[in-house]
Amino acid sequence: MTETVTANPVHEFIAKTVEEHPVVLFMKGVPEQPQCGFSAQVVQILDHLGADFVGVNVLQNDQLRDGIKTYSDWPTIPQLYVKGEFVGGCDIVREMFQNGELKPFLEEQGVLAA
Amino acid sequence: MPIAQADLEAILRDGFPDAEIKVDDLAGDGDHYRARIVSSAFKGLPRVRQHQLVYAALKGRMGGELHALALETSAPA
Repeated sequence: MTETVTANPVHEFIAKTVEEHPVVLFMKGVPEQPQCGFSAQVVQILDHLGADFVGVNVLQNDQLRDGIKTYSDWPTIPQLYVKGEFVGGCDIVREMFQNGELKPFLEEQGVLAA
Repeated sequence: MPIAQADLEAILRDGFPDAEIKVDDLAGDGDHYRARIVSSAFKGLPRVRQHQLVYAALKGRMGGELHALALETSAPA
């Protein structure tokens, strides 16, 4: 993941964002108004668990929309980052939530009050 | 730009010759699929890496002509 962080200013912005905020969701739309069903699902799950997160709307900027895909080598949006690490997209987050892994994971990372 | 279910299955089968693959067309529009793939290629890999292997097999179609592909990947038990 981090090896792709070079002189690309968009990658630098992404790296800085996921460093500064413990939980970041790159999504279509904003948390209050997602503009895609997959982004909405992840927002719902994070809200349900009471996780504090920063939503970054990739639709505001084409370079960001493309840059997030090359940053993580992941072709789709949404993308969830916890403590700077890429956790997954909608399927993985939903699977982790449904099998009960997500809450303990967030607690272990110290981003959710236990 | 939708992709036919048979084509999607063929591409996945090319990428994972040993796998058990099941593709469902969720919306009937050739644009929203779910693929369940059980392959030894996934053994010991975290989910992100497993899905990245599938995206690699799709050779750039994901996010382009393929809008939605829900993935469930696992290694054989």
